[in-house]
Amino acid sequence: MSTDPLFVPLARAGASAMPTVAITLNGEALQVPVASSVAAALLATGVRRFRNSPVSGEARAPYCMMGVCFECLLEIDGTPNRQSCLVSLEAGMCIRTQDGLRDLLAEACDPALALARALEASHGL
Amino acid sequence: MAFEASPSRTRIRMADTADIVIIGAGPAGMAAAIVARRHGATVVLLDEQPAAGGQIYRGIMSAPLQRLNVLGPDYEAGAELAREFALSGARHITGAAVWQVTGDRHVHYLRNGCVRSIRAGRVLLCTGAMERPFPMPGWTLPGVMTGGAAQILLKGSGMAPSQPVVLAGCGPLLYLLGWQYLRAGVPIAAIVDTTGRSDYRHALRHARGALAGWRYLKKGLGLMAALKSSGVPFYKGATDLHVLGDKRARGLGFVSGGRTRKVESPLILLHQGVVPNTQFSWSLRARHRWDESQLCWAPVTNEWGELDVAGIFVAGDSGGIGGARVAALQGELAGLAAVTQLGKLAAHTRDALAAPLRAEVRKNLFIRPFLDALYRPKRANRIPADRTVVCRCEEVTAGDIRGYVSLGCIGPNQVKSFGRCGMGPCQGRQCGLTVTEIIADARGVAPGETGYFRIRPPIKPITLGELANEA
Repeated sequence: MSTDPLFVPLARAGASAMPTVAITLNGEALQVPVASSVAAALLATGVRRFRNSPVSGEARAPYCMMGVCFECLLEIDGTPNRQSCLVSLEAGMCIRTQDGLRDLLAEACDPALALARALEASHGL
Repeated sequence: MAFEASPSRTRIRMADTADIVIIGAGPAGMAAAIVARRHGATVVLLDEQPAAGGQIYRGIMSAPLQRLNVLGPDYEAGAELAREFALSGARHITGAAVWQVTGDRHVHYLRNGCVRSIRAGRVLLCTGAMERPFPMPGWTLPGVMTGGAAQILLKGSGMAPSQPVVLAGCGPLLYLLGWQYLRAGVPIAAIVDTTGRSDYRHALRHARGALAGWRYLKKGLGLMAALKSSGVPFYKGATDLHVLGDKRARGLGFVSGGRTRKVESPLILLHQGVVPNTQFSWSLRARHRWDESQLCWAPVTNEWGELDVAGIFVAGDSGGIGGARVAALQGELAGLAAVTQLGKLAAHTRDALAAPLRAEVRKNLFIRPFLDALYRPKRANRIPADRTVVCRCEEVTAGDIRGYVSLGCIGPNQVKSFGRCGMGPCQGRQCGLTVTEIIADARGVAPGETGYFRIRPPIKPITLGELANEA
């Protein structure tokens, strides 16, 4: 899934090499450029597909980079459905792309929704 | 001994409280925090990002000199506000995803996998803007991103496209991004502008306002002049935009000057203006109105930004697009009103302090009708043809939605029940406006009559485990 990166760090005057950190992506060790978010670092590493659409199975990748579109959902350190554009990059992160998203969403989100509605009711809304 | 109570291990905690809780650390939120602290209120500001600045001033306190030079003076202006905020004494909680605000002003948020809540005397929603959806064939392909996304990569991480890029759409942010790329030496394959001759004619009706807001006008004309003299291919009045490619973007097809054209690039950056982020105000069941000049929903507020939900205010672009300067001023106004309601400021002092701020807001809004008319997104780019995907999460097309309307759906919530449109993880953020306009168009009514998705918490994804861990 990795190919020529769409984005690269702007050349910094006087810097000979870009600083990188080590992570794993789907179990594979990877050096990624230091960036403000996991999504930014993966884009600059050449990752094009972040997840598959649960409906058609088509490849998806970050679209908005500001927490609106949810296209950049990844499993990060064991937690699924993290918005990777909002997660700060840290060395040693264990990242997995999500393919069976619908199942994960069904497990992770719907009970929370039900509980939140109960909370909402208890708050008298 | 073994049974001795150990208070430190109990899970019961006194609720966190603050006079004022602000959501969002952009110009509105920072300015509100500064003014509220000045009048003696305790302030907690919650924001998703690791540092203050919002989207407009993202990375402002950490950007190296070279990046500041690329981004230009308007960006650098945010540093002063961010510094003042840092010294204000407000408690800034970073990396916090607020997932619920209740009508009785409990603010629930998720941070590092832990759920917490704060009881607020007053709540200020400063959640800013998001990009207007730009549905077109192929817009879900990897390699298609928003102009705002590209700017975030530039501001936050100092990253720019690796190969010649296509910028398509309209609006100041698109031209600003082009100008910033030129300064950074990033090659641009083409700028595909959807603004046409008739837009200039419409906009000229607001020429008086534009001239009164001459600073903005001068800046905009400067950007356009720089882009046009740079030699970057610039296509005007572009229509029939569609992304080329099968598994990923390969280029952009469009019609300009009566000719069908193609520009190849693996990266297509789309932008057609920004719209208020209204998730919280909708989730609070506050009243909203359809703004026909900005083609978006905006919460209805009083002159201080207070919603019809008492004690909850909206400031900045989340209440209607006005830009960074207006956002900061509205933040101050809402902050003054909030501290007055809490008894920390006399009403007459509040009014005296507010008068010059209001004058400044008016001055900064002179240009708006001109901009709204000039960069009014084209009908075909808001209300797409049948085959275009509208809801990216559930892959519901414009044709599907029209079908549901013909079956009797009169608003977004019925369409959601019929076809899952707006039911995915983004909760309708990306399709809500498009759905509103498609339904209104198909029914032949004003968009304001269709209503909007019923937005429910959690506003942000949260797992059952995280909820169970509420500390």
